[in-house]
Formats: sequence, C-alpha cells, structure tokens
Amino acid sequence: MSNFIEVAQQAVELAQNTSESGLTAAEQKSADAATGAGMAYGLAAIGPGIGIGYLVGQAVQAIARQPESAGQVQTVMFLGIAFTEALALLGFVVFIMLKFV
Amino acid sequence: MILSQIHFPTIKNIVVWPNIFGDGWYGFNKIALIAFIAAVVPALIFFIAGRQSRLVPRGVQGFTEGIVSFVENQVAKPGIGTGYEPYLPVLISFFCFIAVGNLFEVIPFFQMPLNARMGAPLVLAIIAYLFFIMVGMKHNGPANYFKMVAFPQGVPKAMYILVTPIELISTFLVRPFSHAIRLFANMLAGHILLVSFGVLCIAVWTLQLVAVLEVLTFPGLIVFTAFEIGVSLIQAFVFSILAAVYIGGALHPAH
Repeated sequence: MSNFIEVAQQAVELAQNTSESGLTAAEQKSADAATGAGMAYGLAAIGPGIGIGYLVGQAVQAIARQPESAGQVQTVMFLGIAFTEALALLGFVVFIMLKFV
Repeated sequence: MILSQIHFPTIKNIVVWPNIFGDGWYGFNKIALIAFIAAVVPALIFFIAGRQSRLVPRGVQGFTEGIVSFVENQVAKPGIGTGYEPYLPVLISFFCFIAVGNLFEVIPFFQMPLNARMGAPLVLAIIAYLFFIMVGMKHNGPANYFKMVAFPQGVPKAMYILVTPIELISTFLVRPFSHAIRLFANMLAGHILLVSFGVLCIAVWTLQLVAVLEVLTFPGLIVFTAFEIGVSLIQAFVFSILAAVYIGGALHPAH
C-alpha cells in the first residue's frame, strides 16, 4: 500500500516538473504532435458517437415495434454503423500518423 | 522512479515482425504466415465438407453450410438483392479469409491480427473495387455504367453540377480507401487496446501493486479479449456486406 502512495506522489511530481521545464525543439515538436493527436481523435469521435447512438436507438425502436423484422433491421443497422464509424476511424488513423509516424 | 519503468511499446514493436529469408519480396514473416493459414485453413475445411455431401448435414458439412447460409441470408440477399447467386462465392471468400485473419488477434502465440497491417485490407479492398467496377461494366456496358454512376436518375438537372463530382469522387476514389481503412483501423485499435492492457498487467505485477490495480487490469484484459473476438467477426461481416452493397450498386445503379 505504501508503494501505491509513492507512485501517486511521483505522478504529481512528474506533472509539476513537466509543466514548468523548458523543452528542446524536438521535444516541443513531439509534444505538439501528441497534443494534436489527442485532439484529432477526441474531436473525430464526437460526431460518430452521436450518430451511432442515434442509429442504434432507432434500430432498437424499430425492432421493438416489429420484432419479426429484426434480422433485416440488424443488417441495415450494421451497414449504417460501418458508414458512420468510418469518420471516427479516419480520426484514429490521423492519431496514429501524428503520434507514431 | 517507479512510474517511468512503465514503457508502452512503440507502434513498430507491436506490428512489425522480422523477415526470415531477408528483406526482399521473398522475405517471409509472421504476417505472411498468418495470411497463408487464413487462406489455406478455410479452403481445406470447405474442401473436406464438399467431398461428403449428405442430405442432412452433420459435422464439418453442417458448420460450412451454416457459414454459407449466413452469408447468403445476411450479406448477399440484403446487399445485392435479386441475382445475388453468382457473387456468393467471392463474398464467402472475403468473409472466411477476413474472419480467420482477424481471429489470430486472440489466438495464443500469434496474437496479431492479419488486418492490422495496411497491406492485407488494402489488397482486399482493391480486389473488391476492381470486382464491382468490372461487374458494373459487364452488366450495364462500360459507357452506360459510368453514365449511371455520374448522372443518377431522379435528380433535378441543375443539381448535376454538384452531384456528378461528388458521386464520381466518392465511388471511384474514396471508396477503396474507406473500405480498407475501416477494417485496418478497427483491427489496429483492437490490437493496441489488448497490448496496452497486457503491458499494464505485467507492469502492475512487476511493480508489486497487485492488490490495488491487478483487480482492474486483469479482468479488463479478459473482457476486452472477448470483446475483440466479437469485433473480429463483425468486421469480417461488415467488410463483406459493404462489398455486397458495392456490387449491388453496380448491378442495379437505379437506387
């Protein structure tokens, strides 16, 4: 348990040190890239998140109203999810490219 | 400094594998081995099932007929519509190859999805792209097919200024990339997720924070492994149904 407290203290120290220390140009660049990568994925996930939620909600409603058409609705739902999800995945690819490439 | 001992592996360490026979085209690595297994194993299973054709399917035959009827009823019929029969084999091939390749994400000692490298999904998407363009040109005639894609029916004449470039770009330029990236990014994200949880479990174990954090990370690893099995199969399904929808759009461009 004392080990855990030590880790927590070190995390706080790490956060304080990095915020005030001067960085070299390369470090600054990779830090900017990491910030941009996080922003890219976070922003790219907003729209598809709303979209997929709406889509699945409507599909559930459709199945609840007409349970016999569940198979058909599910297929179309997966198709819609695939199209909507593509935007979030493009954000993820931008994340990978900024962070690692 | 205990915290700095946790090093998450860089992307090169989790998706790049060394070649056995050197760096040329003949180099053979883990990805190529997985691709080879993913191509050969379903082919062998279908071959064995095809040799014994019982009226009431049992064993291997029942399993393969289950796959075929799943692809037929859930992928080909909703995606292509009438006249789907000639395109069923290519859809089943897509489904089986991608599903087996993806499932190597959770198979011990491999634990690397085939489609987490851009090469495999890109080749599959280009095959699907050439396939649906050839189907459209064969079925409607080359000039007629491009006319049907560029000038969809039921659109006011003035709107063609907007609609034609959008349709041409989205059909012939963006489609193969979005088709490939959808599969690639899903599998890479799943692989990174599992690697992160694996690294976290080992780190927590070696830092002797077991009592506090292992209860979070180890069940998380198990749950996400189960989740990734589902994602693997769903992505195979999504890839083949999108291929079916593209083929259907080339066959009946009216809708």
